[in-house]
Amino acid sequence: MSLDPRLSQRVARVVLWAMTVVTVAVLLFIIFFILRRGLPAISLDFLTKNPVDMGKGGGIFSTILGTVVLTALAILIATPLGVGTAIFLTEYTWENTVTRVIRFGAECLAGIPSIIFGLFGFILFVTKLGFGWSILSGGLTLAFMLLPTIIRTSEEAIKSVPSAYRQVSFSLGGTKWQTVTRVVLPSALPGIVTGIILSIGRSIGETAATIFTAGSALRIPTSLFSSTRTMSVHFYILAREGISMSRAYGTAAVLIIAILAVNVATYYLMNRFIKKYS
Amino acid sequence: MPTEAVAIRVRGFSQFFGPERTLANLDLEVLRNEILGIIGPARSGKSTFLCALNRLNDLVRGSRVEGRIEIDGRNIYEPDVDVVELRRRLGTVFATPIPLPRSIFENVAFGPRMAGTRDRMALDEIVRDSLEKGGLWEEVKDRLDTSALKLSGGQQQRLCLARILALKPEFILLDEPTSGLDPVSTMKIEDSLRKLKKEYTIILVTNNTKQAARVADRTAFFLDGELIEVGPTAGIFTAPADKRTDDYLRGKFG
Repeated sequence: MSLDPRLSQRVARVVLWAMTVVTVAVLLFIIFFILRRGLPAISLDFLTKNPVDMGKGGGIFSTILGTVVLTALAILIATPLGVGTAIFLTEYTWENTVTRVIRFGAECLAGIPSIIFGLFGFILFVTKLGFGWSILSGGLTLAFMLLPTIIRTSEEAIKSVPSAYRQVSFSLGGTKWQTVTRVVLPSALPGIVTGIILSIGRSIGETAATIFTAGSALRIPTSLFSSTRTMSVHFYILAREGISMSRAYGTAAVLIIAILAVNVATYYLMNRFIKKYS
Repeated sequence: MPTEAVAIRVRGFSQFFGPERTLANLDLEVLRNEILGIIGPARSGKSTFLCALNRLNDLVRGSRVEGRIEIDGRNIYEPDVDVVELRRRLGTVFATPIPLPRSIFENVAFGPRMAGTRDRMALDEIVRDSLEKGGLWEEVKDRLDTSALKLSGGQQQRLCLARILALKPEFILLDEPTSGLDPVSTMKIEDSLRKLKKEYTIILVTNNTKQAARVADRTAFFLDGELIEVGPTAGIFTAPADKRTDDYLRGKFG
């Protein structure tokens, strides 16, 4: 039995519309739930004062700083490595067994739970290499966790640059490197940046990998070897130990707002960039 | 014919992609300051031949050649040939105009910049000169900073022509440069080519036999990767030596 095409068309539209509504509703519900409970806890002092008494009092400044520093370090390490790998895989080598193995490896890496990365980082960086619970250990661990995403999104972005652009660049006497830096990367940048934003979001929100490697110190970090506590770890400890639910929600609200802000800022910058190049 | 008049000499040249042979045992001369027209049906190897001259075929996986292509007496497939330098000497215009997603100015300055020209005055000079020769200057001189993607198809193609002139090449290779253009734009490009002939050697691949008849000094007919015949354009069109050329020109196939 086949449905009348006009009826099936109508059913499809309603079903797809309902799915979208459910998705957006869940998303908005989570955001509003967190913000309603968290916003009252947020004040200037909350943002600028350090935690006192394990987080029962004071603010969350040192954890904001810890999050920013860890994320920045992770992105600074992962971006050149990931984009470089993507450029090599797409521009500097033909598709063969080796590239397929690299890609398969990267994809497997993407599927590993972050707590395993935490354990790996703990064993390698914290104990074997003796970096201790530190920003360096945490940043390196996060970077490895982010690499697959950055490689994958950069690769897709680079592949989507029309091959005609490359042909033009080569025919105008460009070397491979000039072609990559002047033609391919500018065109691929929006896609690459999208991958980096995703990675920033993931690393701001990451708990398992950082608690094992960066520790949970509440002091202001003073060097790469200082232990630090990220906002999400702070949230976890506040909620888990029942120290202060209102401060836990306050931290969560700051986290969500931070991720939104990163997205908005990056899309704004990217739009300006795209206008300049097209 | 005197040897110094020969700019490019092709000897027993074959091009393979994997097991497939796209050009078979070509023997052909290109004379200095002529427009050599290349005609033939689709997939006859015309474009492959152009891309063999500037070694763009190297970018295709599995590309392999046999025989020689000599430019100024030197085989360009010798291992120590500087391919980047070679491509600067042979400017190529493709069938679809492909402006890079940059401004008009930056499109024309792209090649010279890659070659290491940084001086703004020199670049200004090159861009103006190239756009004038490409027949586009008057139309765009007031908006060099706008995106090249906003130009019309015909303007984009003349921009692509100007872009290779900026490299001061010796040869201009055109791959069906007017296939997507209206008659007026086509005429403008053909006018530019007739003027450019004085300074450059031009190879014009075209799927429009009338275009070859209008602008080419000599015409070559390609079929299935082979050169069927080559000679002065008037001769090819009025009294072709080979029956297949005659059939193609009469529109019996292709």
